[in-house]
Amino acid sequence: MYDAAIIGAGVSGVATAWQLSHYELRIALLEKCADVGFGVSKANSGIIHAGFHHPVNSLKARLEIRGNLMFEKLQYELGFPFRRDGILVVAFSPEEMVTVQKLYAQGIANGLRNLEMCGRERLLQLEPKLSGEVVGGFFAPGGGTIEPYRYVFSMVESARKNGLDLYCDFKVERGEFDGAHWTLTAASGETVKARYVVNAAGLFADDVSRNCGAEEFRIIPRKGEEYLLDRESPARPKRVIFPVPTRTSKGVLVIPTAEGTTMIGPTAEFTGDKGDVSTSADRMKQIVAQVRQMVEGISVKDIITSFAGLRPVLETEDFYIELSKKAPNFVQVAGIQSPGLTAAPAIGEYVKDILKNAGLKMMEKNGDHALPRRHEIRHETPETLATLHAEDPRWTHVVCRCENISEAEIIEAVRHGHTTLDGIKFYTRAGMGRCQGGFCSARIMMIVSRETGIPMEQLTKKGGNSRLLAGKLGSMEVI
Amino acid sequence: MINHKTCDVAVIGAGAAGLAAGTECASRGLAAVVIDREPLAGGILRQCIHNGFGVQYFKEELTGPEYAARVIAAAAGAGVEIKLNSTVSEAKRLADGTFELLVLSPADGVSRISARALMLAMGCRERNRGNIATPGTRPAGIFTAGAAQRLLNMEGMLPGTGAVIVGSGDIGLIMARRLVWSGIKVKAVIEIMPYPSGLTRNVVQCLHDFDIPLYLEHAVTNIFGRERVEGVEAAPLKDGIPQPDGKFSIDCDTVLFSVGLLPENELSRKLGVEINPATGGAVVDENLQTNIPGVFAGGNVLHVHDLVDFVSAEAVRAARGIVRYLGGELAPSGCPVTAGANLKYAIPNYFSPGVKTEFSFRPLIVSDRAELKAEQNGTVIWSKDLRFVRPSEMLNIEMTAGEGGLLFNLQHKE
Repeated sequence: MYDAAIIGAGVSGVATAWQLSHYELRIALLEKCADVGFGVSKANSGIIHAGFHHPVNSLKARLEIRGNLMFEKLQYELGFPFRRDGILVVAFSPEEMVTVQKLYAQGIANGLRNLEMCGRERLLQLEPKLSGEVVGGFFAPGGGTIEPYRYVFSMVESARKNGLDLYCDFKVERGEFDGAHWTLTAASGETVKARYVVNAAGLFADDVSRNCGAEEFRIIPRKGEEYLLDRESPARPKRVIFPVPTRTSKGVLVIPTAEGTTMIGPTAEFTGDKGDVSTSADRMKQIVAQVRQMVEGISVKDIITSFAGLRPVLETEDFYIELSKKAPNFVQVAGIQSPGLTAAPAIGEYVKDILKNAGLKMMEKNGDHALPRRHEIRHETPETLATLHAEDPRWTHVVCRCENISEAEIIEAVRHGHTTLDGIKFYTRAGMGRCQGGFCSARIMMIVSRETGIPMEQLTKKGGNSRLLAGKLGSMEVI
Repeated sequence: MINHKTCDVAVIGAGAAGLAAGTECASRGLAAVVIDREPLAGGILRQCIHNGFGVQYFKEELTGPEYAARVIAAAAGAGVEIKLNSTVSEAKRLADGTFELLVLSPADGVSRISARALMLAMGCRERNRGNIATPGTRPAGIFTAGAAQRLLNMEGMLPGTGAVIVGSGDIGLIMARRLVWSGIKVKAVIEIMPYPSGLTRNVVQCLHDFDIPLYLEHAVTNIFGRERVEGVEAAPLKDGIPQPDGKFSIDCDTVLFSVGLLPENELSRKLGVEINPATGGAVVDENLQTNIPGVFAGGNVLHVHDLVDFVSAEAVRAARGIVRYLGGELAPSGCPVTAGANLKYAIPNYFSPGVKTEFSFRPLIVSDRAELKAEQNGTVIWSKDLRFVRPSEMLNIEMTAGEGGLLFNLQHKE
């Protein structure tokens, strides 16, 4: 019997699990995919927002600002890539400057003290790669970028170190409350019992809510396509560049990612399909045209890959984070679209407090939440590499040449439970470079097979039916 | 403990080009170290188990691994030191004009290799789905043709059960046949140009002989499938634009991309080597020396070849340049070479007057009868009749010219 079961290992679910792992509680984290963070959390812009996009009395603004401030300490403890390079909102006309002024005022109303209104000269000084056509904007030094999947992985690792039980490939089909506790049943028939349940199921929070007899609401997916540029692209800016937002979206951005690539996107279009993460030629053209207005040096030739994510949009404008009024001891965490990633650490705290107020007794425990510093050879000096090699020669066996990732790092990923090609890619970055796994995928598959005993033909890209290979040569009849 | 090593020539890449260059340098008395990230030497030849290699260079028809074995044996025989499983993570030019490489390997750990000259022989990587931004989903079952070739020929693994191949480059054509021989159905090859981009003999031996449909002037406009590929959508092109009314779907669980090779010049760029945008490889003179004295390039890293025989010959020329450079006998060549009508590029980019020089070109046209002309100071000084000119087949000629810039033109002849 668990004290709490959290459904969904996305940014909100893992932040909650992490918070609860600081107490003498038995907690379970239930994830329907083969690995954590495989839903919305791995497919977004990775922005740590600065707190000016949302109105002062919104839960979004409150949790965004609180969350924003938590990242240095979290990075120090958990080691995920995070940079506070600042956000620039840029305008190209006097009309756009009106919106800029409003955003600036909203930021001030939200309590931000380090915002700076900028004329054209100051903007170009802050970001030389900007188009000379900018007329003005503002600078929010508190904005930044993280690698969201690394954030999710490290939160889970830290929580598991402190007692969290993780269940992957566990899709909650229904939940029943018997007056004292919940029984959550997976598609496989497996069950987990818990006194409290947190619904942090992202795109499927509406289904989970319904299947647990809680509130009826609808999550409508809104797709965003993103395109990644080669890390050597000369167009990479120093700051995250935002256009002036529209009524429906924060706009198409130019993002210098925390690991050194450049990302352009996202678009925003409603799709009826919670599984539709396809990209399209039209959206690519749209994105490139829009970003080239802001940074002229961006070239289609530098594109190395693309992806799409789905925002879990609720009809209301704000986050829905509340104790259910219908299902007992059930916390709803839904509609966590932008600024969800930024707010996540604060969402974890907020949900913990909801649970406390709902009667879940929490005794602080002496835990050790810090993760040992990971070695990543691309960030190490030759001297350190020589020392690492003396401990294990696989530290100087480069497997992913584009991103400079060693065999030892791949093995570490496998030992942390990541056995899908995507899981290893998100943990190590192997396969994210310019050759997109052309050279390293075969090697990675061999390493995973060797380390786990799983035959190569059973390895998957992202779990489920995403088998990478069809079988051994000789197993198919030649007609 | 960081290892230190000194040599005369450090060669980056132990494929056909690197081995040939290393062998030539060593046989002329230079200490040559060839560095490769793979566990075995031979480069891409190791996975090219089909034949057709060596017809020019060895006057025999060999498979890729057989060709590799020959050049590896020659290297060993000449005393070339080959460092395998070794990755050059940094290449620097020092103030005294020599070079230092930072090399990582499981056997040696971290090594600094000092050399008086460098041979760039890193070959190419494949252009992939991400580079051409093919719309659709990102399921399992999408491979570059070369990656599928490696999995199939070296690990004995089938990439799928039914495939569509994007691009009619040689690797895609060879893999079409290879997949059929492995029991995998090949539903179609989709090519955006109005002509195939691979060698004619491959189109015949790999597609026609197996009744695999080739759709010229078509593009793949969508990939379907959430976890594993389920199919692709293709459409005919008109002026390069997909025509929606002509689009059709093909069921498959595998997509192979054979859409071009990109010379791997990341290390070169970081070193400051000037890159020719027309080739993706270094700007070189007739000695195959780059803009950095002591840095030479040959093989696929210089420009994409279609026959390994020419790679070997080119690498030997580069090595001869290295020998002369280290002997203090190289003078800078000043006369520029320009690729004119119907030519994608000309190599080298500079030549020395009075010296017999090998020139390589990529034609931009398909022509059964054409003429290649060299113009200097406004006068045609040389010409050659050519039969069966194709963009998929490199042109190599030899000529000597006097002082002055050279302009090459390729014209179709009636």
